Amino acid sequence: MDDKKEILLRGIPASAGIVMGHAHIFTKHIPRVEEKIIVAEDAQKEVERLRHAVERSEKELSKILSYAEQKIGNSKAKIFEAEIMILNDAVLLEAIYNRIVKELKNAEFVVHDEITKYQRLMLESNDEYMRERAHDVEDVKNRIIRNIQQEKLISRFEGRSIIVSESLTPADTILFSRNEILAYVTDMGGVTSHAALLSRSLKIPAVVGLKEATKHVQEGDFMIVDGYGGTVVFNPSETTIKEYEVRNERYIEFEKRLNDLRDLPAKTLDGHRIELSCNIEFASEVDAVDAQGSDGIGLYRAEGLLIGRDTFPTEEEQYVEYNLIAEKCFPRKVIMRTFDIGGDKVVSQASEEENPFLGWRGIRIGLDRPEIFVAQLRAMLRASVKKNLWVMFPMVANVKEVRKAKVLVEQAKVSLRNRHIPFDEKIKIGVMIEVPSAAVMAGEIANEVDFLSIGTNDLIQYLLAVDRGNENVSQLYQEFDPAVIRTIHHIIEEAHEHHIPVSMCGEMAGDPVATLLLLGLEMDEFSVIPAVLPEIKKIIRSVRLKEAKRIAAQALKFSTEDEAKEFLKSHVKRISPDMPLSEAE
Amino acid sequence: MIEKEIVIKNRAGLHTRPAAALVKVAAQFKSDFYIIKDDLEINGKSIIGVMTLAAEQGSSLKLRFDGEDEQAMAEAILGLFERGFDEA
Repeated sequence: MDDKKEILLRGIPASAGIVMGHAHIFTKHIPRVEEKIIVAEDAQKEVERLRHAVERSEKELSKILSYAEQKIGNSKAKIFEAEIMILNDAVLLEAIYNRIVKELKNAEFVVHDEITKYQRLMLESNDEYMRERAHDVEDVKNRIIRNIQQEKLISRFEGRSIIVSESLTPADTILFSRNEILAYVTDMGGVTSHAALLSRSLKIPAVVGLKEATKHVQEGDFMIVDGYGGTVVFNPSETTIKEYEVRNERYIEFEKRLNDLRDLPAKTLDGHRIELSCNIEFASEVDAVDAQGSDGIGLYRAEGLLIGRDTFPTEEEQYVEYNLIAEKCFPRKVIMRTFDIGGDKVVSQASEEENPFLGWRGIRIGLDRPEIFVAQLRAMLRASVKKNLWVMFPMVANVKEVRKAKVLVEQAKVSLRNRHIPFDEKIKIGVMIEVPSAAVMAGEIANEVDFLSIGTNDLIQYLLAVDRGNENVSQLYQEFDPAVIRTIHHIIEEAHEHHIPVSMCGEMAGDPVATLLLLGLEMDEFSVIPAVLPEIKKIIRSVRLKEAKRIAAQALKFSTEDEAKEFLKSHVKRISPDMPLSEAE
Repeated sequence: MIEKEIVIKNRAGLHTRPAAALVKVAAQFKSDFYIIKDDLEINGKSIIGVMTLAAEQGSSLKLRFDGEDEQAMAEAILGLFERGFDEA
């Protein structure tokens, strides 16, 4: 009966869950606006049309707002409040009414022209947030115009459907959710788009950024949406359906159990406590970290502050951000990394280099541009008053750099003391170990600082001479290469030899296959992305330290990655048999 | 007419919520209220206008109050900026 071809598309998982159902295609109606001249006698009528349209728009938005408040809570519904305020903007409406009467143009043209002026100004901003606001304003504008043209938005439909659309505004997302929506699927958008955030709040699975989902789908097509893996399958075969059904059952079962772990400590069966923390880039992520039951922030990437701007943020701007994060996390600890720019993290100041990964980046820039570095250190120091903020330096290659950086920390402290600004005098200073030379010299570096943190992503690339971004060699990037395992072992031993703690903040810390190894090597802290934290906690809580040590000792003996990885995988499967390990592994 | 220079103190700058608070306070007075940033002059009683300013923390603005209750208005608005819009 079904002779349509199965099509699999990969996008970005925006909201978790696997569902199957029929597609409902939503084509956004963008109202056409023509410039028309009206006769003077009709001007008042035109103004009345507009007044009615604004009233109707406000009714629509109020409905959406109150529905959103019930479904996702007051604070998240606030975005609609801003749209309503624009509809009530007396200055804006006055200007529009005046132009209609004076210029004798049709209402929709003047509305379009006047609001677009403001949008242009918003889009010119360096600030990403501000550019996002221009999209919200777009929704208000189109809504008024649609209402002038007296078209009704059809947002109700029968049956349970999966919405497939080019893009969705927050209002669309909320409105549709009054129907029985199984999932949202869009061509555009990222994880942070409003629609993605709202679908997570609504607990409706979503995959975004599929690029051409609307091209491949026809109304009513049967499809699967996997909001965990970020895939969509149109016209799936019986086998594919079975496969996803099994996967779904495993996820549901697993998530249920993970939920119960949230408030339990990351402790082994024999009572060895691990610090399990999260990596973040923005203050807004702290809440997600809390929700997962994290012990703190193991890596805060300050580069988030540089997004969308051409100049470095001032000390004051940085201080406000750092202080907010430190306060939000208190009493838990935050490890803040100074700017790690260069390599693949380009900022416009960085000059073009032949080989940026081996170039001017991380601490090297900090030491060459002390005015930027010291300003950042002062900002971090000022935010350390509650003594829960630690500072670490990226891309350190040798002891000399550590000493130079420490001199600059001293300089920053002196200038704060002179200004009588309080800070944590005993602030902990650490180094990220991600350059092989620093790994070799871990002991000498440990002698200089209060903690080490292993950045596996770069360490593995440098150690194995593999650029992960290069498709020709990316398969050679192997976390469980014996050289990697032994290097990590060496770093941990050296740190402990010098009585300082060592953490890991690279992706490897969040890989369930690596957990037993790292635990057994006696890593003190694992810092992972919030999404994987419960899985890692579950493994830690399912094993004795003694057993993990035995496994790690064995893993150190292998001479190829395949052996080591197979060995570790078999153990994690034994200890946590229901864990759905990634299929790509 | 009163003119005052101010520097934005709160972290988020004049984002949606502070902009809304500012417009709400401004609406309680009869006087005209303009915000001048660089070459841009914006009516401080217009939410969409204030949102357009994209005024970040640390940026400086000129405020102009003009009308019968300009003194009271200036005090109320300057207080709002001073308190960083009562944000963290």
